[in-house]
Amino acid sequence: MSYNFKETMSKPERLAPGHRMCAGCGGTIAVRNVLRGLHEGDKAVIGNATGCLEVSTFTYPYTAWEDSYIHNAFENAGATLSGVEGAYKALKRKGKLDETYKFITFGGDGGTYDIGFQSLSGAMERNADMVYVCYDNGAYMNTGIQRSSATPMYADTTTTPVGSASNGKPQNRKDLAAIIAAHDVPYVAQTTFIGNFKDLHVKSEKAIYTPGAAFLNIMAPCPRGWRYNTPDIMEICKLGVETCYWPLFEVVEGKWILNYEPKKKLPIEDFLKPQGRFKHLFKKGNEYLIEEFQKEVDRRWEELQFRCSRG
Amino acid sequence: MAKRDRLSGNEAIAIALRQINPDVFPAFPITPSTEIPQYFASFVANGQVDTEFIPVESEHSSMSAAIGASAAGARSLTATSSCGLAYMWEELYIAASNRLPLALALVNRALSGPININCDHSDSMGARDAGWIQVYAENNQEAYDNMVQAYRIAEHKDVRLPIMICQDGFITSHAVENMELLEDEEVKNFVGEYEPENYLLNPGCPMAVGPYSITDYYMEAKRNQAEGMKHVEKIVLEVAEEFAKLSGREYGLFEAYRLEDAEYAVVMIGSAAGTTKDAIDKLREQGEKVGLLKIRLYRPFPAETIAQALKGVKAVAVMDRAEGYTNHGGPLGADVMAALYRARSQALAVNYIYGLGGRDVRVEDMEGIFATLKQIAADGDAGETYRYLGIRE
Amino acid sequence: MAADITKLGVKATWKDLTEGMIIAGAGTSKEFNTGEWSTDKPVFIEEKCKQCLLCTPVCPDSCIPVKDGKRGEFDYDHCKGCGICVKSCPFGAITMEGV
Repeated sequence: MSYNFKETMSKPERLAPGHRMCAGCGGTIAVRNVLRGLHEGDKAVIGNATGCLEVSTFTYPYTAWEDSYIHNAFENAGATLSGVEGAYKALKRKGKLDETYKFITFGGDGGTYDIGFQSLSGAMERNADMVYVCYDNGAYMNTGIQRSSATPMYADTTTTPVGSASNGKPQNRKDLAAIIAAHDVPYVAQTTFIGNFKDLHVKSEKAIYTPGAAFLNIMAPCPRGWRYNTPDIMEICKLGVETCYWPLFEVVEGKWILNYEPKKKLPIEDFLKPQGRFKHLFKKGNEYLIEEFQKEVDRRWEELQFRCSRG
Repeated sequence: MAKRDRLSGNEAIAIALRQINPDVFPAFPITPSTEIPQYFASFVANGQVDTEFIPVESEHSSMSAAIGASAAGARSLTATSSCGLAYMWEELYIAASNRLPLALALVNRALSGPININCDHSDSMGARDAGWIQVYAENNQEAYDNMVQAYRIAEHKDVRLPIMICQDGFITSHAVENMELLEDEEVKNFVGEYEPENYLLNPGCPMAVGPYSITDYYMEAKRNQAEGMKHVEKIVLEVAEEFAKLSGREYGLFEAYRLEDAEYAVVMIGSAAGTTKDAIDKLREQGEKVGLLKIRLYRPFPAETIAQALKGVKAVAVMDRAEGYTNHGGPLGADVMAALYRARSQALAVNYIYGLGGRDVRVEDMEGIFATLKQIAADGDAGETYRYLGIRE
Repeated sequence: MAADITKLGVKATWKDLTEGMIIAGAGTSKEFNTGEWSTDKPVFIEEKCKQCLLCTPVCPDSCIPVKDGKRGEFDYDHCKGCGICVKSCPFGAITMEGV
């Protein structure tokens, strides 16, 4: 698949303006750009777990979706779209439908890593012909920034508040992309917003057009929850990648591929510093917390490099 | 041409489903409904149906996928029992509020805990206010016939609501009975094609389903939904009339058994009605004016016609195969008593909790109930209205 | 047939609402003005623009239309003034101004 940025950006917009997501939201940046992976003329049904994206993009009677859209509940986006995809197969088999449809579902990390995990795992294991896209902002943002299993260690959230006896979330985040890869699905990728979005656009197209189940994990910063300066989202994402906190990789038919290796891996402070949720790590005496964080980033980076070296 | 066969209730439902040939069937096993998807999977494996069978990882997902499929424009269903239904609870409301005419083959079983695999109605009674149509069967034949009629009711343009076809776990689901099946072609023609107006896979017009609704809309949305339910009784009767022409078997909102001149009546749901009929036949031979009102359509609740049918009775026992924990009795008791009150009935009414967790109900038990009703009428006092049948004190 | 959402305002009666609260049709949110949320708005300085389009994927509100490989004027009916596009422009062709 050859990639042309101008052509990609010239495609018709599939997420209409007028939705109620916050100014500067990373979630809709992810959605808009994933949908650019669809070929013009192909139709799609979009699924969505309950969350910011759902309540803001389909507030009766205003839908921001240019394609058919279904929201069912919080924990079942995988199963719901499986049902839609099953209907597609059945209607095709019965000769009731000619058009080509693609199936893409979006969930935040709460609806994906946590409450929707079983339904997602089921859909992936059954190899349903769909893409599950997690826009990962590392907490339950819709209900007001509660920790999820995607929340990084030491983040200050409303259920892991920093206090005299707490340094924020005590646990590391779950490595969901690896878990989904262990389902042996044909395509898994991790990406975020970098440069002209080529990485995200190409991975989206691959995910959508790979027959069978595909999973995209997209780091999509939330200015409210992360407490950075809203216009700086691209810088935050870049630091996530350059510090190897959020590496860009793919798992294609079980083969791990590292898509980007920083020339000089930046220290994790560079990613943590602009974010208010990590402010307490920069207090005098808390240097060891940053060291711990760095160790975990290094450990995971080495593990990923090892997986990718084996192919 | 009808075919005679000996079938269990589960097999009868599975055969009805084969004849209907639905588009999508997501399923998860749970005793005693497991056989339904099991039989159906063999139909799929042998190429006897075009259905997309999705063996999901939970009941929550089976209902979720059935909802997705129905919204997409497919005829869908699932089957479950007990905790499986409880696990779907949230989804039941969503299916109904989205006005999706999907079906659920429910095999009634007690809810945990303690865990128990046998029949009572605590599962479907817990779902009675979810916005689903609920139809109950006494025996295997009725379960089959109700399944054949299900989509005609649910998909009717004035209704468009999900439908639960209920039968009693093990008692009918596993017991084999003689019954009559319709020809495949007859069922196919009777049920017809599903032609939704708006659906996700409509190439002519996309659709969005499942909105966030602010307070300004929510109450109007619920009232709009209730309107569909208001049409159900009429459509159930119309479909039953057409079904009778095809099968020779007649159905109504309920069955009135020797109720015409009855002074003492029992109101109940499900398989124990057969036992009650035996008790009635025996007592009628002794000259007792006893009868039965067996509920077929429980949601919506045909309160006025039920009260009308019970007009002449002196005393009535409403039998609940589920606890309500109201300290006053079960859900059917509450519904029937409210219906009698609205009709200004003078009947004395008591409410029995019976048959929980598969507790057997014998002909003698029901004879005892009628004897109690006779005593209540003679005393002119119902006494304690919240009673248990056959409990060890 | 697509729903006419002009009949689905907050004063609509229960009979007016769409069955199952579904909306047949697409992109009806365009009728909802989120432009009035902003306290700042981006200004497009066309003469400085090299049409690199780097500002177009970063907009969370689909407010930078692209046609035939070229960006057009901002959609001020919907732009919430987040300022991400300003930072994404390598040529200083977008600035922020108070509303």
